[in-house]
Amino acid sequence: MGTAALAFDEMMNADDTPRQPYQTYYDWYASQDRSRLISKSKDAENIFRKTGITFAVYGHADSSEKLIPFDLIPRIISGREWRKLAQGIEQRVIALNAFLDDIYHKQEIIRAGRIPRELIERNVAFLPQMIGFRPPGGVYTHIVGTDIVRTGEDQFYVLEDNARTPSGVSYMLENRETMMQMFPELFHENRVRPVENYPYLLRQSLASLAPPGCKGKPRVAVLTPGIYNSAFYEHAFLADMMGVELVEGSDLKVMDGKVKMRTTRGYEAIDVLYRRVDDDYLDPLTFKPESCLGVPGIMDVYRAGNITIANAPGTGISDDKAIYSYMPEIVEFYTGRKPLLENVPTWRCSEPDSLKYVLENLADLVVKEVHGSGGYGMLVGPTATKKERQLFAEKLAAKPNNYIAQPTLSLSTVPILVNKGIAPRHVDLRPYVLVSDKVQIIPGGLTRVALKAGSLVVNSSQGGGTKDTWVLED
Amino acid sequence: MLGRTANGLYWMFRYIERAENTARLVDAGLRMSLTRSQGVEDDWDGVLQSADVRALYNETHETLTSQDAVDFLLRERANPSSVMSSIEAARNNARMVRTALTRETWEAVNECWIELKALLAKRVKPTDLPGVIDTIKRRAGLIRGAFHGTMLRNELYNFSRIGTFIERADNTARILDVKYYVLLPAVTQVGSSMDNVQWESILRSVSAHRSYGWVYDAELKPANIADFLILNGRQPRSLAYSYEKIVSNLNYLGLEYGEKLAAHRTAEDTLASLTTGSIADIMNGGLHEFIEDFVSSNNRLGQEIADGYRFYQ
Repeated sequence: MGTAALAFDEMMNADDTPRQPYQTYYDWYASQDRSRLISKSKDAENIFRKTGITFAVYGHADSSEKLIPFDLIPRIISGREWRKLAQGIEQRVIALNAFLDDIYHKQEIIRAGRIPRELIERNVAFLPQMIGFRPPGGVYTHIVGTDIVRTGEDQFYVLEDNARTPSGVSYMLENRETMMQMFPELFHENRVRPVENYPYLLRQSLASLAPPGCKGKPRVAVLTPGIYNSAFYEHAFLADMMGVELVEGSDLKVMDGKVKMRTTRGYEAIDVLYRRVDDDYLDPLTFKPESCLGVPGIMDVYRAGNITIANAPGTGISDDKAIYSYMPEIVEFYTGRKPLLENVPTWRCSEPDSLKYVLENLADLVVKEVHGSGGYGMLVGPTATKKERQLFAEKLAAKPNNYIAQPTLSLSTVPILVNKGIAPRHVDLRPYVLVSDKVQIIPGGLTRVALKAGSLVVNSSQGGGTKDTWVLED
Repeated sequence: MLGRTANGLYWMFRYIERAENTARLVDAGLRMSLTRSQGVEDDWDGVLQSADVRALYNETHETLTSQDAVDFLLRERANPSSVMSSIEAARNNARMVRTALTRETWEAVNECWIELKALLAKRVKPTDLPGVIDTIKRRAGLIRGAFHGTMLRNELYNFSRIGTFIERADNTARILDVKYYVLLPAVTQVGSSMDNVQWESILRSVSAHRSYGWVYDAELKPANIADFLILNGRQPRSLAYSYEKIVSNLNYLGLEYGEKLAAHRTAEDTLASLTTGSIADIMNGGLHEFIEDFVSSNNRLGQEIADGYRFYQ
């Protein structure tokens, strides 16, 4: 596949000179000994392995814990580029929260005819239990990870909104830490905006949305499904960095109208729960009865206003891939302005005309499951074999409602270090956003990179790697 | 702190202690099989009994050989007390309580697991055994060092220490229980080279074969060996030393929490019997009975701690 050759490269201009944000880095790189960089790259891997920065790949019995490959060439974004992105993200996140509040209350957007009613009410991500309930501070999505791709100098698209429990922020922090340890000189030469205070901001942001009845310093805890969860490392890392308890469902119990955790001294109340457990598993009394990951009765406590759950249950309706195609309307409806960031054009396979188009053009499209994530169950038309496309077409025709399709964007590239020097690879970007009474966007984020030449799939579960992401002061 | 965290720390340190003790038992077993030409099966039988896995071994093995016993003790996943199973369990507990550990302690556990997983991936060749056993002991030492050097002396530390010493006391007591008969004043074979090998192997399985000579004299005497492992408060693997540590850590918890629990009483009673008793009294009352009582009260103490500090739901 020659897609990389045609794509916009973020480091190098077509005439082989570095783009402006990369100038300082490029000069440094040119002065480096390649074998030293290769050996640094191995050091980085050892740091990650030793620290246990791993994730689990489901369905691989022999390799229960994997490292995400780290590439030591940073992805660099200029201050000007970032300001533009940040404004677009802020607008979008504000719209997401307004949309959620509306959907669970008056549903004006449906009445105005902008979104079909059945798309909401028949959607499994829509939680009737949330109707008429407003979370503390009116915030639904406390933490958002907006996936962004770039196709040109000034062309950015939002790929996904990730308003449920976005993961990966620990890699943003560990990648920066690793880079600073390995190449401190780079941080003298470049003015890179810090990301290190994320845990502090997260804790502050969560605590500021404690239930109104909470007296004194709010007690925050992180709820994890446990050590076998793919993102367990991140759950422990965040709890540790925030200085709060990391709890599992078995530690929690509803008592006296509060959610309490079993400590060595007895049961103590929790005010804010940053849960990394999906809606379905949160409360066996309300959702999946067989779940042992959640807390029986927590939804009653929540609705009584005695605990804050972040993100709020039912936020999945806003980042659903079928809803995604309506995001331009949603942004405009609630902010009264045109979206600053573009959506990727999306065909809803539930609509017969679109389905027909998608089936006829499968070789040029990316087809995704409406409720899928992590790159599982998707088809990348241009790189799939004929056989794979045929099989996928059958699945698609059988359950069209389950899919959306998008054109294969020519994602921008950033070089990675390879044995022979550097080579361009496709990347995406996930900045992290904290919502309280204000919207805070951490200047940086997680850059995921496809390690195979030409590949457009950046997901770590599919062999992608990560890079440190720099936003420069300028 | 969470009850589950206290439980995780307690078991993490029990398993680390267990891995190290098992490695020591293998070491002692190897030593015995080197120094004798016959009766090797009996020695490994004793080692397996000391590790409390004799019945389990029989479930999967028809015969008892040195190689199989060593493999079962070091690598067998179906043996929950094997070194590999113990390290795996310790590391799982460490992951679970990661937020309670310093980075150094966690990394020491994680690196121990990474190295041993590679080292014990295949059956260990007899020529490599001494090196492997050394590595296990060294890795356990590194964890201990990181832990002592970096952890705050608070409740986390106390639960960790209690786990270590409950396991250690249990281990030393089981070694004595299996070999108590060689320490009884017997009519036959007294002073024979046979006895010396047995006695030395007891000391060796708690790494006390050299320090014995510093405390008593070079001559091995059953009553002195029993005294050393049961009542000597300076021998770091003795029952008395272990209980002194358990009681002092429980007392810190009692002070911090402002209450004493059933566990405090049990531990103090046991410690009192170890500090006021004499080895002659214990031998007269029956060494075997004494040890049996000790093991069961040690188990009870573990249960009382788990209940009192809400380890489980």
